[in-house]
Amino acid sequence: MIEAILLTIATAATPLLLAALGELVVERSGVLNLGVEGMMIMGAVAGFGAAQLSGSPWVGLLAAVCAGALFSMLFGFLTLTLATNQVATGLSLTILGLGLSGMLGESFVGLPGLKLQAWAIPGLSEIPLIGKLLFAQDPIFYISIALTVAVWWFVFFTRAGLTLRAVGDSHVSAHALGLRVIRIRYLAVLFGGACAGMAGGHLSLVYTPQWTENMTAGRGWIALALVVFASWLPWRLVAGAYLFGAVTIAQFHAQAQGVGIPSQFLSALPYLATIFVLVLISSNRRMTMRNTPASLGKPFVPER
Amino acid sequence: MRVELVRRPHPSALYGALSPFLALLITATLGAIMFAILGKAPHLALYAYFIEPLTEVWSLHELLVKAAPLILIAIGLSVCFLSNNWNIGAEGQFIIGAIFGSVLPVMFPEFRGPFVLPIMLLMGILGGMTYAAIPALLKAKLNTNEILSSLMLVYVAQLFLDWLVRGPWRNPQGFNFPESRNFHADAVLPEVISASGRAHYGFVFAIIAAVVMWYILNRTLKGFEIRVMGQSPRAGRFAGFSRAGTILTTFLIAGGLAGLAGISEVSGAIGQLRPVISPGYGFTAIIVAFLGRLNPLGIVAAGLVLALSYLGGEAAQISLGVSNKVANVFQGILLFSVLACDTLIHYRVRIAGRPSAEGQGV
Amino acid sequence: MSDTDEPPTLQNTLLKVEGITKTFGTLKANDRVDFDIVPGEIHALLGENGAGKSTLVKMLFGSLQPDSGTIKWRGQPVTISDPMDARALGIGMVFQHFSLFESLSAAENIALSLGGEVSLSRTAAEAKRVSDEYGLPIHPDRLVGELSVGERQRIEIVRCLLQQPELIILDEPTSVLTPQEAEKLFATLEKVRREGKSILYISHRLEEVQRLCDRATVLRLGRVVAHCDPRAETAKSLAAMMVGEDIHDVDRRKAVPKEPAKQQPVLVIDDLSQPPTGPFAVALRNVALEVFPGEVVGIAGIAGNGQSEFFEAVSGERLQDRPERIRIRGKNAGHDGPSGRRRLGAAFSPEERLGHGAVPGFSLSENLLLSRHATDGKTYVGALGTIKSRALTSALERIVQALDVRKSEADPLASSLSGGNLQKLILGREFDRAPALLIANQPTWGVDAGAAAHIRQEVIDLARAGSGVLVISQDLDELLEMADRIAVMSDGRLSETIPTETVTREALGLMMGGAGNGEASAKNSPMLPEGTI
Repeated sequence: MIEAILLTIATAATPLLLAALGELVVERSGVLNLGVEGMMIMGAVAGFGAAQLSGSPWVGLLAAVCAGALFSMLFGFLTLTLATNQVATGLSLTILGLGLSGMLGESFVGLPGLKLQAWAIPGLSEIPLIGKLLFAQDPIFYISIALTVAVWWFVFFTRAGLTLRAVGDSHVSAHALGLRVIRIRYLAVLFGGACAGMAGGHLSLVYTPQWTENMTAGRGWIALALVVFASWLPWRLVAGAYLFGAVTIAQFHAQAQGVGIPSQFLSALPYLATIFVLVLISSNRRMTMRNTPASLGKPFVPER
Repeated sequence: MRVELVRRPHPSALYGALSPFLALLITATLGAIMFAILGKAPHLALYAYFIEPLTEVWSLHELLVKAAPLILIAIGLSVCFLSNNWNIGAEGQFIIGAIFGSVLPVMFPEFRGPFVLPIMLLMGILGGMTYAAIPALLKAKLNTNEILSSLMLVYVAQLFLDWLVRGPWRNPQGFNFPESRNFHADAVLPEVISASGRAHYGFVFAIIAAVVMWYILNRTLKGFEIRVMGQSPRAGRFAGFSRAGTILTTFLIAGGLAGLAGISEVSGAIGQLRPVISPGYGFTAIIVAFLGRLNPLGIVAAGLVLALSYLGGEAAQISLGVSNKVANVFQGILLFSVLACDTLIHYRVRIAGRPSAEGQGV
Repeated sequence: MSDTDEPPTLQNTLLKVEGITKTFGTLKANDRVDFDIVPGEIHALLGENGAGKSTLVKMLFGSLQPDSGTIKWRGQPVTISDPMDARALGIGMVFQHFSLFESLSAAENIALSLGGEVSLSRTAAEAKRVSDEYGLPIHPDRLVGELSVGERQRIEIVRCLLQQPELIILDEPTSVLTPQEAEKLFATLEKVRREGKSILYISHRLEEVQRLCDRATVLRLGRVVAHCDPRAETAKSLAAMMVGEDIHDVDRRKAVPKEPAKQQPVLVIDDLSQPPTGPFAVALRNVALEVFPGEVVGIAGIAGNGQSEFFEAVSGERLQDRPERIRIRGKNAGHDGPSGRRRLGAAFSPEERLGHGAVPGFSLSENLLLSRHATDGKTYVGALGTIKSRALTSALERIVQALDVRKSEADPLASSLSGGNLQKLILGREFDRAPALLIANQPTWGVDAGAAAHIRQEVIDLARAGSGVLVISQDLDELLEMADRIAVMSDGRLSETIPTETVTREALGLMMGGAGNGEASAKNSPMLPEGTI
């Protein structure tokens, strides 16, 4: 029983972790992309659709990644090339994504989906307690963990990661030194889009293998909150995502058990938890200020 | 080929006026392409969307019914956005306004008389304000990101309404449908010209709000304060304006107007509470606010345009068989186009072929 | 003027600039600029603010592209399309407003401008070696945001030297240094020159240029007005070339106040301490000061020693723990915001003009309202909070007349004014209401010499008319010219004030560097190190 719950926590946490990981890299470059929800839902619909057409959930996953990445470039073009307001543009990415996915997915409603099957690693998955938990998960779970390690290593131990942090700290200084601010930010946004797309793909190929309109249900926004919660550090992201996964699963089980609390109140828990966590983090001002990329959200137009 | 921006010495007044129209043109063009891909004749589709709803009187009334909440909410949002407060939870404030306003007709249906409606409207405004005060206080006192907190509260409000109409407020005579009881006659916001259509006083409220807010923003010290805090918070602090005060004021204005929109919609257009009372007005109003260039008078026009896209969606569904979801896509493209066109106000766009070659200025 | 040396032959010229022109909109920032640099020389680039010096060096470093003209490096025409190109050629740059990343360590900052994958520990070791060799002490592991301005500059110079450049461009390097730190910098530069490297030295401080530089190129309004040997010129003749006219001396002695001490002070700051406002901000420690009517009190100090925090505390942008910490005209003001303090008779002029003293995207008349809405509410704001725009425009005209603000249209945006004109407007906005107390932070920062002299005179005149004035400035010459008493701010502490007549640059410099503590220096009169005058 406990094992089953823990398993589902990982499933609920994986899309949050992936989307937040992408956004972390984006924000580390100084760009605030509020379109995570939009990119995620595009990934979800593309993933579901491509899996239906091809018969392979793997093709679906690939399509989800590509859809998210492609969609993020719309944001990139506006905010980076045309220097539009990042908050407004991110919002519009979400609005467009929700609308477009609703239209594209209309014929998918009610269709049975294809599920990306779990990989049980022989031997390891039979270890009592942690075996199933760590070594019998869906493939995207492994990707999300590997990606966390990769992002952590990239951001703090590579030259490219140093460049990324520099651009996020001061695009003016970076430009003066000859770093290609716009190009670096494009790449970061692209990565963020791919991650959000994959997170969406996880929703429609693993979490609930079907298509329903607005199926992301605010997860993109929760991912954004997680990045703040983690103060832009990848490892804390894992903690945050699994905490939220746990809250989500706990309320599901509470609903199933019929604890006498109206289901709507239980469903509201993850959203209330998000606010709670944000309040907790933001009141610790010194910590958040120190880690916030200093040029976050500021448009950059090189002098010519 | 590379796109380069060159800052204009002064913001261009020409593009300031032109950019919303340019954005509409781009949206129509992209829309036409989209319809062609969907296999519909673009000109018929565009006609169904943007002209057909304007050809009949009842449908003009519907336009005003849809425009009223959009304009009311967008005016409030524009005040927030001008002061650099990103309230994107208007949908939630709309819902809570509707719930607060409905307390009287739903819980005390025997209380009747001419006071019912004014009390309902006031309660609606109060409800929206209360709900908007949460992210505002969290931001002002604890620096909590208002974008995320206000948005999370939308989901909470939706779930709360869902619980109400399925639980304690369910209509006792409603055959178990998830609906509140129908509002009695004294609790219904009357139509403006009841003989010709459904347009209710919500639209009148919207026009009044637009004019009043235009005056406040452009002619009074309070409006000055709001604009200063948005453009240059440090200069605002130097001027002696309070950051927390501005956050609260602008959120309360936005929440109050969204709440008014909510109760007007419920008592004017729907007549009862249901699990879903808004087709996303609170989010579409963001588009309205930007298309209206954050100017209350511009927002009236922009609200009518976006209302048209809702009606057009329904019309096109009937006459052409395209999904009414296309309307949402239209709205998304429109917001993107508006933002892209606004770049032209502050920058000249230059297409550079080779690094040294001078391209054409736009 | 330009007949000093024979022009060096092409072969041994390191850098030659021919006919460089750069236009921004309608402004010709550089107009057919020519000059050259030979190996082993320190070449000065002189000019007023806005003369086009920064534009020129940005083109040499690849940050900007010239519209026309050629740059020759060792006789070969080159295109420097970005800073990477410049570095590959052997051009290094030390920026005026440092191009450092506050949230990264010094070593990381240095690594960013070195090519290839060099490990951080090796970069740090290399940096340490260079810093020892050239006498530029740095801490590779500390975050740049936590470091003093002087150390930041040393990091920039180390970073630059690590790239083995042939030409180092230094943009106004001494503006952030104490006189003693500047001496050390000069020693480093002499060493660099002895190694055969060249330096392009940008400054408006003529004594330095005369001491250090072999040749000078003088720019005015984007054009070269002279090539000369600075040692063969006088400071006055160099200044005349830069400005194109004679600068009026500021007259401080116009009407010396009568026994200010017997009057009630207009401003009393009593043991003001406050914690830092942000991760890289400075804490204020036990700051105490009195300002009397009729006098100008100066606060000297290197940027980043608490001056902006101090200004925000005095202006009421940040409130104090107790109301009596700050008294304006005898009234406790520590719990009043800026409007409350203005009502008591105070007026403020912040360091940043755009974005602090004025809203860039607002018209000048709207910007008047910014600091006047509380004190002159009845004049400018009517019933229902309606702004009286006509009263504002007539006030604007009055101020523009009084301070000779030059503007292109009737009521332009604040962002369209030059620094000097906007500063005049911001001060004029306060003069217009005859404040009892004026607090100005860096009033002539980035302002051309003519306007600066005008501004200083206006400020002194305000004091002589009976107001108390407090001027915070990094520019020692400015304070020596304007102030009756000078105190020094260092690491959030304020020394006691010293009468201007008894103070020397050297003594102030030592205090700015943190050597002098208020009491010792004030009581035993300025502490003079041996051998200085």
